[in-house]
Amino acid sequence: MTKLSFPFTEEKIRSLKVGDEVLITGTLFTGRDAVHKYLHEGGKLPAGVNLKDGILYHCGPVVIKDERGNWKCTAAGPTTSIREEPYQWQVIRDFGLRGVIGKGGMGDKTLQACKEHGCVYIHAIGGAAQVLAQCIKRVRNVHMMEQFGAPEAIWEFEVEDFPAVVTMDSHGGSLHKEVFAASQAELAKYV
Amino acid sequence: MTASAPLHEIRNEPALFATILELIRRTSTQLPDDVVSAITAARKNEAAGSNADVALDVIGCNIGLAQTNSLPLCQDTGTILFYVHAPAGYDQIELEETANEAVRQATKTGYLRQNSVDSVTGKNSGDNTGPGSPVFHFHQWREAHVEVKLVLKGGGCENMNAQYSLPHPDHGGRDLKGVENAILDAVLQAQGQGCGPGILGVCIGGDRATGYEHSKQQLLRKLDDHNVNPELDTLEQDIVGTANKLGIGPMGFGGKTTLLGTKIGVLNRLPASFFVSVSYMCWAYRRQGFTLDTDGKIGKWLY
Repeated sequence: MTKLSFPFTEEKIRSLKVGDEVLITGTLFTGRDAVHKYLHEGGKLPAGVNLKDGILYHCGPVVIKDERGNWKCTAAGPTTSIREEPYQWQVIRDFGLRGVIGKGGMGDKTLQACKEHGCVYIHAIGGAAQVLAQCIKRVRNVHMMEQFGAPEAIWEFEVEDFPAVVTMDSHGGSLHKEVFAASQAELAKYV
Repeated sequence: MTASAPLHEIRNEPALFATILELIRRTSTQLPDDVVSAITAARKNEAAGSNADVALDVIGCNIGLAQTNSLPLCQDTGTILFYVHAPAGYDQIELEETANEAVRQATKTGYLRQNSVDSVTGKNSGDNTGPGSPVFHFHQWREAHVEVKLVLKGGGCENMNAQYSLPHPDHGGRDLKGVENAILDAVLQAQGQGCGPGILGVCIGGDRATGYEHSKQQLLRKLDDHNVNPELDTLEQDIVGTANKLGIGPMGFGGKTTLLGTKIGVLNRLPASFFVSVSYMCWAYRRQGFTLDTDGKIGKWLY
């Protein structure tokens, strides 16, 4: 298990390999379908959101206000990442991302951007919304809530020991490609 | 001519709102025993310390935490699917209105995420209601009691549903071998995306709409039951057996646990059509239900 803490430098990120289990500590911004399309179309990041050397989390959390009016995240697993494949490479390039957390993996464009710009794709356990919400120690802020609605807004989370697995590294390695090729070859024996 | 007495007179009572709210809470926060058993058993097949083993460990912890803290198992509380069976004379409209109110309240409480988005404007209704949400399937039956079942099906797995039209150049002809190949292709394509280990609801036949609908209804069956048709029972087990040899594993990390179950239903088809519809369900296989007796009180919980 590798501890990965802010700042997420290029050196740390480049040292990660497919299959590495990591525990992430630091700030995560969420961003999913609406945010990616918006940025791809030239939208500006709102003030207070800085993705440089940061990690973006594909997540639409359940967040409620507690009795004192503070945000509390009660469920926060990853959403399927492949939907962002048309946009992700550009967001990595233009905003200097060092990591993308999601589930299901992404395609060649993202893999290439990880290699070129020093970024990794980190797979959280899909559906594990409680385990992952427990790692969110504080909801610092929310952006674009009005425009995109709660699940699609940009949430700013402070996380501690957030568990995930590197499945696409910055050296062209992709667990998803490996498993797909192997399972396809295996299936050919049965059909 | 004498007026015939109503067949049945189950009255909705104020408690119905609380009962449906409790149904939503249980469905969102607790997995049924048959699902938990299947996940627990699967972990024994994975190599200790592998990515697959770690994934199943986290899933196990997550199931425990959600139940203990009464919080959603998964943040995607999914499409809200109600399946209601009621005797003739039962007020379905009132049930629907009450269920809508319970859904609004469950969203406020955080048992459900705000999950209903206007497809044109992109505006989130904020309370999970709106055209097509929640979904209700009403059926009359000749039993005296009412049965309400709820399935929450996340978007990640819903996106991996697939429908095949046979014959198909890659999958085969209009026979059970063609059906099997089509289903296995759906498993291959869904890898990683749908939060495996998965469970398949399948329908052979029907039209494109009823085929999908019937495939989803197969997910109301328990994992440890058997298909009444021996041929389909064998097919269900063969598909799970083969899928678990493909090396896809939990989350697509590689490993031995790709499917926890397959349930196959059948509808008649037109001579011209032969559809195989596959509804992929994630490991967070949320379903629950209750019966209402003729006094309007809960008879029992169903899963």
